[in-house]
Amino acid sequence: MNFVAWQMLTGDRAKYLGMIFAIAFSTFLMSHQVSIFCGLMNRTRSQIVDVKDAGIWVMDAKTQYLDEVKALTDQDLFRIRGVEGVEWAVPLFKGTSRAKGADGKFRGVILMGLDDSTLVGAPRKVLLGSWNELRSPETIAIDQTGYKFFFPNQPFELGRTLDLNDHLVRIVAIVDSEAPFVNLPVFYTRYTQAITFVGRERNQMSFALVKGQDGLTDAEVCRRITAATGLKASTSLDFGWETIWYYIQNTGIPINFGITVAIALVVGTVVSGQTFYLFVVENLKQFGALKAIGVTNWRIVGMILMQALIVGAVGFGLGISMTALFFEATKEDLDLRGFRLLPEIVSGTAVAVFLIVILASIVSVRRVVVLEPAVVFRG
Amino acid sequence: MNSQAVICTRLQKNFGKGEDAVKVLRGVDFEVRYGEMTFLVGPSGCGKTTLLSVIAGLLDPSGGDLAVLGTEIAKLRGSNAVVFRRQNLGFVFQQFNLLPSLTAAENASVPLLAAGWSRKKAVEKAVAILEDLGLGARAHAKPNQLSGGQQQRVAFARALIHEPRLLVCDEPTSALDAETGHHVMELLRKSAVRADRAVIVVTHDSRIYNFADRIAYMNDGLITHVEEQKYAA
Repeated sequence: MNFVAWQMLTGDRAKYLGMIFAIAFSTFLMSHQVSIFCGLMNRTRSQIVDVKDAGIWVMDAKTQYLDEVKALTDQDLFRIRGVEGVEWAVPLFKGTSRAKGADGKFRGVILMGLDDSTLVGAPRKVLLGSWNELRSPETIAIDQTGYKFFFPNQPFELGRTLDLNDHLVRIVAIVDSEAPFVNLPVFYTRYTQAITFVGRERNQMSFALVKGQDGLTDAEVCRRITAATGLKASTSLDFGWETIWYYIQNTGIPINFGITVAIALVVGTVVSGQTFYLFVVENLKQFGALKAIGVTNWRIVGMILMQALIVGAVGFGLGISMTALFFEATKEDLDLRGFRLLPEIVSGTAVAVFLIVILASIVSVRRVVVLEPAVVFRG
Repeated sequence: MNSQAVICTRLQKNFGKGEDAVKVLRGVDFEVRYGEMTFLVGPSGCGKTTLLSVIAGLLDPSGGDLAVLGTEIAKLRGSNAVVFRRQNLGFVFQQFNLLPSLTAAENASVPLLAAGWSRKKAVEKAVAILEDLGLGARAHAKPNQLSGGQQQRVAFARALIHEPRLLVCDEPTSALDAETGHHVMELLRKSAVRADRAVIVVTHDSRIYNFADRIAYMNDGLITHVEEQKYAA
C-alpha cells in the first residue's frame, strides 16, 4: 500500500509541489535566519575567540560583556600574578579609535593592544607579514576586512600607512581574525603603542589575560583570582557566553530573528497543513473506498503519515540545500564571515519540519479515521 | 453449502437516537442466494443503499439478525470486520472510485495489495483479469484515459480479483449510457455469477432488470415483494 500512497501523493502534482514548496520555504527561512542569528551572536565574542594563548579573562567585577569595560589598574595585574595557580598574566587593551586612509576615507576601528613582550592575544592566522615586526614603533597588524576597506581591490602589501588618531602607522602584518559583531576593521598593536594611539587615561588595561598552572582547571584558577583580588575572572568559554547572553537579553536581535523564524514555522504549518488537508479531503472518497475494500484504519493512517513524511523530507532537503548553497556562495564574502550552517541548526530545523508535517497531518488523519466507509455508496 | 449467502431477518437501521431517530430499515426480511444475481430496487430514499451498507458490514444494524456468508457480521469488531470484508466481499461503486493516479491494473490490484501481496504479483494478476474483461490492452492506462464503460470494467476487475464470495454493486450502470450499461451488465453477469458466489445489485435502472435472477422491491424501509425470473443470455 506504500506504493498506492506514493502514487496518490505524486499524482496530484499541483498540491504535491505546493506542499513541498511550503516546507522548503519554511525550512530555508528557519535554517537561514537561525544561522544568521547564531553567526551574529558568535561575532559578539570574536575577540575572545581570537585569543588562543590564555584561557582566562580577568576584568572589573561589574563587567557584563566584552564591549563595555572599566579599566583595571597596573596593581591589579600584579595582584593577579600573585595568585596561587596563576602561571602568568598579561595586560590586554581593547578600545576603539578612528583610522584614515591616504585618500581621506576614514572609519572607526577596534584597536587591540597586546602585551609588549609576549604578544599574547594575537590571532594565529597571519595572511602576510609577521607578528615580530610589531615590535617596531608605530606599527600595526590589520585584519583583512580592514585592509580591503582602506585599500579596496588592491593586493595585500606590507608597508602601507594609515593615519590612526593622528599617528602615522605602518602595516606590518595582515591577519585573519574572527569577524567582529559590528564588522569594524580590527587593528592589533603592542599594548604601549595602543595607549599612545588612543591617548593616555588614568587606567588603561581593559583585561588581564591569564594562563593557569598545569594541573589546575581554568575554573579553579578563576575562583582563586576572584577570591584573592575581588576582580571578575572568567574562562574564555564562559566570558564568550556571557557576552552572547548580554546581547540576547539587551538587544532586539533575538526578537526580530525569533519573529521571522516563528513566521516561517506558522506559514510552513498553515500552508502545508491546509494543502495537505485539501489533498486528503479531495481523496476522501478514495480513502472511503479503500476502507470499504478492507484496508484498515491503521494502514490508512500509515499511508497518510508516509505521504506527510515524504513531503516533509523532500521539502526539508530542498530548503536546507538552499540554505547550504547560500552560505557556500557567500563564504568568500568578508562581510558575511562567520555565518555558516551548523549541524545543530540542520538537526533543529529537521525537528521543526517534522513537527510541521505531523501537525499538518493530524487534522487530515482524524478526518479519514472517522470517515464512515459507507460514504462510498453515496453518489 | 447453505444456498443462502445473506439472510436478513427483521433487520433494522436507525440514524440518530430517541424521538429524533430516523428509521431507515424497519424490519427487513431478505435473502440473497449463491449462484444468483439479486437486484434490490425501489424509489430514492427507500433504504436500498442503507441495506446494502449494512449487509456489507459498513454500517451496524440497529436491530434484527443478519448473517453474511454464515457469519454474523454485525458481531465482528475492529480489524476482524475489516479482514472479513477484505477476504469475502467485492465492491463495485456507482462512481467507480478508482484512484486517478494509478493505472487500470494498479487500481484492480488494490485488494491484493491490501492483503499483503507484492506489487509485481498483484499487478500481474490484475492484468490477467483485465484481459478476461477485454481490457488487457488498456491495463496500463490511467482512469482519465478510459471511457466510463472501461472504468467500470476496471472496477469489476478490482471487485473480483480476490475472488470474493459476495459481490456488492451499487448502481453499476448509473454513470453509463444505455448501451454501455447493457454491455457492462452482460460482462458482470458473465464474469461474476458463479455457483459459489452471490451478487447483489442496487439499481434504479429498469433497463437492466432482465439481468437479475431475483428482484427485491423495496419501499419505505421494507422489502415489499420479491420476483424471481429466469435470466436468458
